[in-house]
Amino acid sequence: MTGTDYILETRGLTKAFSGFVAVDGVDLRVRRGTIHALIGPNGAGKTTCFNLLTRFLAPTQGTIIFNGRDITQLRPSAIARLGLVRSFQISATFPHMTVLENVRVALQRKTGMSMHFWKSGRALDALNGRALELLEAVDLGAFAGTMTVELPYGRKRALEIATTLALDPEMMLLDEPTQGMGHEDVGRVVDLIRKVAVNRTVLMVEHNMNVVADLSDTMTVLARGAVLAEGPYAEVSRNPQVLEAYVGTEQEAAA
Amino acid sequence: MSARPIPWGFVILIGFGLVAPVLGIYPTFLMKCWCFALFACAFNLLLGYTGLLSFGHAAFLSAAAYTTGHAIKVWGLAPELGLLAGTVCAGVLGFVFGSLAIRRSGIYFAMITLALAQMLYFVWGQMSFTGGEDGLQGVPRGVLFGMLDLSDNTNLYYLVFAIFLAGFLLIYRVIHSPFGQVLQAIRENEPRAISLGYDVDRYKLLVFVLSAALSGLAGATKTVVFQLASLTDAHWHMSGEVVLMTLLGGLGTVFGPVVGAFVIIGLQNGLADKVGSWVQVIMGIIFVVCVLAFRRGIIGELGRFLRRPL
Repeated sequence: MTGTDYILETRGLTKAFSGFVAVDGVDLRVRRGTIHALIGPNGAGKTTCFNLLTRFLAPTQGTIIFNGRDITQLRPSAIARLGLVRSFQISATFPHMTVLENVRVALQRKTGMSMHFWKSGRALDALNGRALELLEAVDLGAFAGTMTVELPYGRKRALEIATTLALDPEMMLLDEPTQGMGHEDVGRVVDLIRKVAVNRTVLMVEHNMNVVADLSDTMTVLARGAVLAEGPYAEVSRNPQVLEAYVGTEQEAAA
Repeated sequence: MSARPIPWGFVILIGFGLVAPVLGIYPTFLMKCWCFALFACAFNLLLGYTGLLSFGHAAFLSAAAYTTGHAIKVWGLAPELGLLAGTVCAGVLGFVFGSLAIRRSGIYFAMITLALAQMLYFVWGQMSFTGGEDGLQGVPRGVLFGMLDLSDNTNLYYLVFAIFLAGFLLIYRVIHSPFGQVLQAIRENEPRAISLGYDVDRYKLLVFVLSAALSGLAGATKTVVFQLASLTDAHWHMSGEVVLMTLLGGLGTVFGPVVGAFVIIGLQNGLADKVGSWVQVIMGIIFVVCVLAFRRGIIGELGRFLRRPL
């Protein structure tokens, strides 16, 4: 079957907001086991695309195939349970829960106890070991008991990745994982993504071209809601249309 | 791992509950306080621990109050069965209201609950069994389990306190259960909870039903105490009052709603014969001061001072 070669595929994916087409007939194919970057100037429709893929927005047209299955009509929580898990542009943590609890609440779903309102919270302690392992993997072991709201920004992003990993997803969608980070933090997150991408597929929106060049196997360039170019970084970065799209917007921005 | 309130909080609460009648505090006043404390705790489960602001909780208090009153007075049920009937009825109503309201969030959720509760208020006013403006009066207190005579105020007091305590401990358990962890996650970041694969609507509905049923238990108990169920229980004032109690005592704290209920009921009782309807103005001022000056509420601020969750 050719479908197994691509873990995620969209056909004619379109989203129109009253009169404005944010995503316009996008055919995206993500090969299993790769790191795939989605780039493009501001307003190109990258985040909208993400929201469509995880069904946080309903597409106007088009289909989304994940692992050979049409997921276009599923609910967002159901898509997450199939193994397609997303992160968010702003760091998505549970601020008034401890770092350990953040990861544990993700682990908890598979235990089937989550509706058990009569059960003691100690029932969850069995998950602490696994939660700590995940925290160690992102260098957060020492912060297990810290209230998440007190973590520095870069650490919160790491926690978010640990929480996503707790679901052991087949495919992760990372929305600007290095956004707003200092230099050292960027390096740490890049290493982390490389580490977690082993045996997984990653689709990421990223602005930082160094990160994209460093990590991605394939990249897709979006402009004005449509695919402009696709291929390996070395190839795409020399594409004259891509250069124009970027340089063009930079000139507009400077003007 | 979530930090738990200190055991002496429970010691003070239970100790006070046991000795209060001996201290010479008017028992009917105490029983009223415990009923409202349970009501506020049930409300806090929804607002404080799940982040859902219902503005129609009077519906559940009143539905249970009327059901229990009718079951005991007209059907001649024993008090324990009457209380059960009221609680179940409020839970079922909670399922219906909740199913509709959780489709929206924030202010829309609050408005749907308010609208449904107002409709119910109107219905109660039209139906004959509620006694309309006069209320459902003369509900006999009866004999609990065929052994404990509830016309004795001491017996009744300890029953009311036991009911409060059972409800309070159940809520405490729910907050710290695996289910409670998911509720907290929903309160903290709902889209993230969804992206972790949780069908948040199921969790919201279940907590709504629990909150409604426990509010019902409070209303049912109040009917047995006052031998009366009236339209006051269903009025939107009542839905507002429970918000006030919870905020004043401390939103999202275990003990806050109890303290809030005692302060509000205490003020109402103490001031009503001195200042008359000016008590409404005083309540309004308290509310404004509370929100402006100490947003965490009495117990919330105390917890911050002691650096412990209470």
